[in-house]
Amino acid sequence: MNKIFAISNVVLLEMYRRKDFYVLFIVTVLITAVMGSVTFFKDAQIVRYLKAICLFLIWASSLFIAIGATARQLPAERESRTLFPLMAKPVSRAQILLGKFLGCWLACGVALVIFYAFFGCVAAAREHQWPLANYFQAWMLHWAMLGIVVAMTLFGSLVLTAVSSNITITFIATVAILFVGRHLHQVALSMTEPSAIIITGLYYVIPHLELFDLRDLIIHDWPLIPWGIWLIALAYAAAYTALLLLLSWLVFRKKVLQ
Amino acid sequence: MRTTRSFVLLALLLVVLCSGLAARIDRWFMCWPGNHEASLNPLDVMIGSAQKLFAGSFYREADVYYHSGYYPTIFDNRAAFETAHMAEDTGAVASHNQGDEAGFMGPPLDFIDAFNRYFIPNRHTHLDEGGPTDDLSKSQDVREILPWLKISSELDPENVQTYIVTAYWLRTRMDKVAEGEQVLREGLRHNPNNPQLLYELGLVYFENYHDLPRARNIWEAALRCWTEQMAGKPDSEKLNFDNKFLLDQLQTHLALLEEATGHFNAAIAHWEQAKAVSPEPDALQKHIDDLKQMLARQTKAPAATAH
Repeated sequence: MNKIFAISNVVLLEMYRRKDFYVLFIVTVLITAVMGSVTFFKDAQIVRYLKAICLFLIWASSLFIAIGATARQLPAERESRTLFPLMAKPVSRAQILLGKFLGCWLACGVALVIFYAFFGCVAAAREHQWPLANYFQAWMLHWAMLGIVVAMTLFGSLVLTAVSSNITITFIATVAILFVGRHLHQVALSMTEPSAIIITGLYYVIPHLELFDLRDLIIHDWPLIPWGIWLIALAYAAAYTALLLLLSWLVFRKKVLQ
Repeated sequence: MRTTRSFVLLALLLVVLCSGLAARIDRWFMCWPGNHEASLNPLDVMIGSAQKLFAGSFYREADVYYHSGYYPTIFDNRAAFETAHMAEDTGAVASHNQGDEAGFMGPPLDFIDAFNRYFIPNRHTHLDEGGPTDDLSKSQDVREILPWLKISSELDPENVQTYIVTAYWLRTRMDKVAEGEQVLREGLRHNPNNPQLLYELGLVYFENYHDLPRARNIWEAALRCWTEQMAGKPDSEKLNFDNKFLLDQLQTHLALLEEATGHFNAAIAHWEQAKAVSPEPDALQKHIDDLKQMLARQTKAPAATAH
């Protein structure tokens, strides 16, 4: 376990030095500040449009950070040949993989804390309320969703040759699931065979990332999700993350590294 | 050295040629009817008439906010949302909605769908009725639809519904009557003599300012504009659902105004006109009969006192 933490610590340090997060955070702050400076019909209490814009930017930034950073981990190590001295140490391939995953996922979690704190401040400035439990549920589910995305990207970096293709494919797959994942079964019902069965199969196989998107509930001040349901969603995310990491390990343990 | 000079001369020649051509084309472009730059609006230049598509999306987004996010997607049954509820609830827009607005999702298709419904807005609510909290003291939260309506009207100034909806919620729930009136006047600047906008403006004077003579003038102007715009149009179009609805509203409100000012003969005349287009002519006829009886009693009473 210590070896996994050591590798993840190196990944965290690397992410800390990279400028991706800072740039995205500043862009989010600037756009939110500009949009927040607009007043409609002299009413300073209108806030939901601002919450929607800010949360959209947070989601886009988090996906960019998670996919962009994870996709580079193993290929960069291989290209710079630092992977070989690492593997020469008493570290198994599974530990390297888990260390990389943990580092990227923790980095995403830290970034999300800062983003959500900023969001909370923006919302509180206008709404004069701080629904911390709602924000905690949203942050935790968002982070769990990023766990699946990080694991998916890690798997992509092992089966796809180029970093750019991995980033593009993972990003498209993630966005597609977020937008239409919930409706695939409904779409399949209006189709003919064999496409109907294929789409239905896809619906049951894909990780339903849209489950973790609580933006609408946060924007429109809906009450909390039952905690039991929230825990089941976390377990669902953990199961998919574990599955994707297992698949990654199966590929990585037999992979010939040159 | 000589070669350099030749290149410089050639470059100069090309600059002169390009400038000349640009000047020539610019003159033609300025006169071209498809030139969007003439409007001096950067959005016109960049996206042209696609603005109306975006305006429609923003208008819909306002209705999504009105429902606190509980809204059908393109995959759901949208029959109950054909007319935006935020517009329908103003009473100034005819409704084309059918079906169950609360159950457009239908029963869950599978366990994932059932589970998914915990993570999305899953109950039909309206912001003016308190939204998800059902707290009627929060009806001012309807303000949240205004940014999207404002953007929509900026992108498509010819869509009168946007002004009507904005003005209605401003004056009824947010006590911003002056702003509501300003919105309607802006709408009238872009859509001169529009009967729907005039009707809504008349309501501002009738319900908020209680300036009955001015409300009457505006509604009569709206009726004149409606008649002028319908002149020469076939009956099928003249008396389609939306036009009948507007005529009914105008005549009904004029009749109510005349009743309030004690002009019962004028009120009866307007009720008669309203009856011709109303979906409930029997109820109106009963009201007309009551008014006529009251008038008859009033005319008899002075005669009896004279005897």
